[in-house]
Order: sequence, then C-alpha cells, then structure tokens
Amino acid sequence: MRGESEVLAVQRLSVSLSGRRILDEVDFALHGGEFCGLIGANGSGKTTLLRTILGFVTPTSGRVVIDGGHRLAQIGYVPQKIVLDPAIPMRTRDLVGLGLDGHRLGLPLARRARRRLVDAMLEAVGATSFAEQRVGELSGGEQQRALIAHALIRRPRLLLLDEPLANLDIKSIATTVSLLRRLALEYRMTVLLSTHDMNPLLPAMDRIVYLANGRAATGRTEDVVRGEVLSRLFGEHVDVIRVHGRILVIAAGAGNGASADLERHPDHVVQVP
Amino acid sequence: MTRVSLLLSALFEPGWNSSEPVLTAVVIGGGAAVVSGVVGVLTVMRGQSFAGHALADVSSAGGAAAFLLGLNPLLGFLLMGVIAAAGMESFAAHRIRERDLATGVVLGAGLGLSALLLYLDVTSKSTTGAAITVMFGSMFAMPPSVVPLALAVGGSALLAIALLYRPLLLSSLDPALARVRGVPVRLIGLCHLLVVAFAVALSAVTVGAILSTALLIGPAAAALRIAGRPGGAMLLAAVIGVAATWGGILIAYDSYDWTGGHGWPVSFCIVTIIFLAYLAAGCPARGKVRAAARPGKAGVQAAGRG
Repeated sequence: MRGESEVLAVQRLSVSLSGRRILDEVDFALHGGEFCGLIGANGSGKTTLLRTILGFVTPTSGRVVIDGGHRLAQIGYVPQKIVLDPAIPMRTRDLVGLGLDGHRLGLPLARRARRRLVDAMLEAVGATSFAEQRVGELSGGEQQRALIAHALIRRPRLLLLDEPLANLDIKSIATTVSLLRRLALEYRMTVLLSTHDMNPLLPAMDRIVYLANGRAATGRTEDVVRGEVLSRLFGEHVDVIRVHGRILVIAAGAGNGASADLERHPDHVVQVP
Repeated sequence: MTRVSLLLSALFEPGWNSSEPVLTAVVIGGGAAVVSGVVGVLTVMRGQSFAGHALADVSSAGGAAAFLLGLNPLLGFLLMGVIAAAGMESFAAHRIRERDLATGVVLGAGLGLSALLLYLDVTSKSTTGAAITVMFGSMFAMPPSVVPLALAVGGSALLAIALLYRPLLLSSLDPALARVRGVPVRLIGLCHLLVVAFAVALSAVTVGAILSTALLIGPAAAALRIAGRPGGAMLLAAVIGVAATWGGILIAYDSYDWTGGHGWPVSFCIVTIIFLAYLAAGCPARGKVRAAARPGKAGVQAAGRG
C-alpha cells in the first residue's frame, strides 16, 4: 500500500516575500510514484513553492506535510544548475558520492560498498561515461544527470527538480524526461518537476500543478488543462487546443491589460492580438 | 671528499644543523606551510582567496599589539584573525558581492588599527624593526617558546579540516545542495574562516602577515593546476609549501655568505620559490595534457560547446 500513500501534502499554503504575495492558498497532494509537473511562467512562484517544500522559506499561512516525518531525509533536490570552475578538481563521481554522505563528519573512507553504490547510481542515470570528468566541464545535459544521481543516491521518496529542462537542447529534454519517468517507476518515487513549458512533460506526467497569479489549479493533467479551468486561473478567456500530441493555449486578446500579461504566460501559451 | 659531499657542504653552510633559530624556523615554517597548503586548497575552491588575504592583513594588528605588550606574537596574530573572521561572517550575507564588501570593510578597519599599533610600537620601543617583523616576518628571530602554541594551532586546524572535509566540499560545490543534505552552511562557512585565521596566524609569525597570503594561496593554486582530486591537491600543496619554505630558509641562510653578512629576507626567498612553482605548474600546456588524459569525448565536446 506504500505506493498509494500520500507523500507530499501542500495545505492552503500562502507565502509572502518582502510584502509581495507569491503563493495564495496553494493546495494539493501527491501520492507515491506520481509524476507531477509544476507549470508556470517565470515569476509565477514555482521556485518559491519548491523552496517552501524544502523548508528554506517559511510560509505565511498553511503548511507542508511530508510523509514519514523528517523532511530532508525524504527529499532529493535537483537545482537548475550549479556553476563550478572547470579548474576545480571535483569529478562527477565525487558529486554523486557527496549526495550519499556529504553531510557526514570525518574523512571519507574508500569503502568498496560506497564505490559500488556510486557506480550503480552513475549507471542508472547513464553517467558512467563521464564519471571521471570534472563537474565544471560537463555539458548541460550531463550535469543534469550528475545532479539527478546526486539527489537519488539516498533513495528519497520525493524528488524535486527546479527547471531541469531549461538550457537543454531538444534531444536532451526528451532523454531527461524519459530518464526521470523510468527512475520514478523503478524507485517508486514521487517526482515534482517545475517547467515553463508543459509540452515535453505530456507523455510522462500524470498530475499537474498549474501556477498563475500566485494561485494554483491542480489535478490530473486532462482535468486541469481545459479552457474553463485555465480561463479561471489566468483571469481571462483562453482556449486549449490539442494538436499532434501537443497542447497550445490560446489567449484571445482580452483587450485591456492583455499585453501586460503576455510575458507572464508560460511558453505553450500563444497570445492572439 | 667526494663530489657529492663537496656539493652538500657548499649548499648547507656550516652551522646549519646546530643553529637553534634555524631549527625553530624549519619546524614552525614547515608546520605553517603544511597547514596553509591544506587550508589553502579549500579556500581557493570556495573562491575565498580575498577573505584569506584580508584575514592575514588584519591579523597584523594582533601581531603589533603583542609586540607592544611583549606577548607571544602568535597569540596576537591568532586572536586578531579570529575576531576578524567572526566579524566578516557576521556582516556578510549570502551574496558573494556582499561577502566581498564585508571582507573589504573589516580589512580596512583592521589595517587602520594595525597602523596605530605599529606606530605605537615604533615610538614607544624606539625601534623600527616592529613593522618589518610584523608585516614581513623574521624567521630567524622567532623565540622557541612559540613552538608549543604553534603545534597546537596547526594541529587543531588540520583536525578541523579532517572533521569538516565533506560538508566543506559539498557547500563549496553548491550551498543549496548542502542545505538539502542537512549541512548548516553558515556555520560551516564560519568554521572555514576560523581555520583560515589559524593558518594565516601561523604563517604570519614565519613569513609575516602580508606574505602569509602567498603561503595560503600560492601552493594551493599550483597544486590545483596539477592534482586531479581535492585530497591530492591538499597533499601536493602541503609538499610545495614545505619545499618552498625549507628551500627559502636554506637560501636565506646561505645568502649571509654571498652578501657579506646582511643576507636576504627569508620571506622573499620563500615567496619567490612559491611563485616559480605556480608558473611551473601551469607550464606543461594544461589543456593538451587534460585532453590526452580523457580520450575521445573531451575534445569533441569542447569544440561542440565552444
């Protein structure tokens, strides 16, 4: 039954940062093994939501409940990217190893069991070929794999990824999504992934949290990505069109203030003047 | 006499083995070099060379105060360095730019204090040696009483690094990753600065407050050009530092003969060797060596990404 239990519950969560309301009564729950896309334009509060779930931001009201008690022991986190000078002698293998025991005191002992775990993790994300390469020298897609391995090596029940598809080429986007889908099934792990374009996630995600104006529409993808639901969320009339397995959201120029909203829309939203 | 022993007797001037100041210099200088090398690698990796330099400079105020009060100079350097480290960390916010600002502000205040204390040293003791000793070191004039405290300071710095090794590496990779692993990033940052204060205090009594940056950053930077792993870089930096220090002491000792009894400052000799080591470490066309070490992909990728 573990698979069906609630892993993450975000309950009527509101967050204000320096007087500005970023999240407004966001409420949803994720169950074991679910793959959830956190969709929204830049500045819609995706990162703030992830940081609140991690416990880095204190909510104004509402709360985040992680099943199994201790928050950080249950969560793996993949930041958008890390900036590291290629001159620093830190290999992919070292990064993954630090995911296992980077918080421990004392010198790392070269135990065979540790090495086996790291090797297996590198293999699972397809990072074996660049295991000995420096982290600062990796391409965007390679670094993403290394960070995923770093986050997963302790087998968390919940994996949070902050815009993992940004700055990737189309091929790497597809392989990263299918890798995450496969790992979620394999490890029976819940995935919450933020992105400003939902289309690459359509084959993989079974739930969606759609953020706009600080509010969220949540549920199964087909229930949320519908004209009337998104119209209510955006506060203007939009149409949802499915073509060739992709979704386009058409905002049909509501007239007043529509142009100001243009840049606040995610990438799959087309503004018709 | 064989040629080798002739060479040796030319290299090691008479009295080299039996002189107590030389022995003290060898022990404390070597110890300071080991600690600075190990700590320096982490300092360079964390991008805190400026903080390291500032701590060294500010510690000179402590050295000047100890000179004035007739205390153990190492104690002076150490206390002032620790105060400066705590000050920098409490002013600093998370952003790198603000961190540099806090460092700069503390550096300015500390050097001002140092100017006052050195002035008092010079006027009250009517000796001009104080400023030179505090700022540029006087390796052969160290009292042997410094040794026990020096060993304690060096030992605890190395112990702290060994203890905090992994959290330090992880938080220098990315603070958010470290926080998610449960690492108290701020506390670890403060501990690192304190350890840097220990390291630079130790080298301040040997090569002087201003030049202890050279011992902290130089060997580490050279080692990071060569070594493939953080641990290896620490070991190599320690070796380079010790070799430079002992080599510098030897040259300075010998120089009394070439220069007709004045001799060159030890600090100059040590720092020059470190500088040459850094240049040499960059020499063997680094890019080529790396590409050769990683057959296949590396070159193609570099080209593709460029």
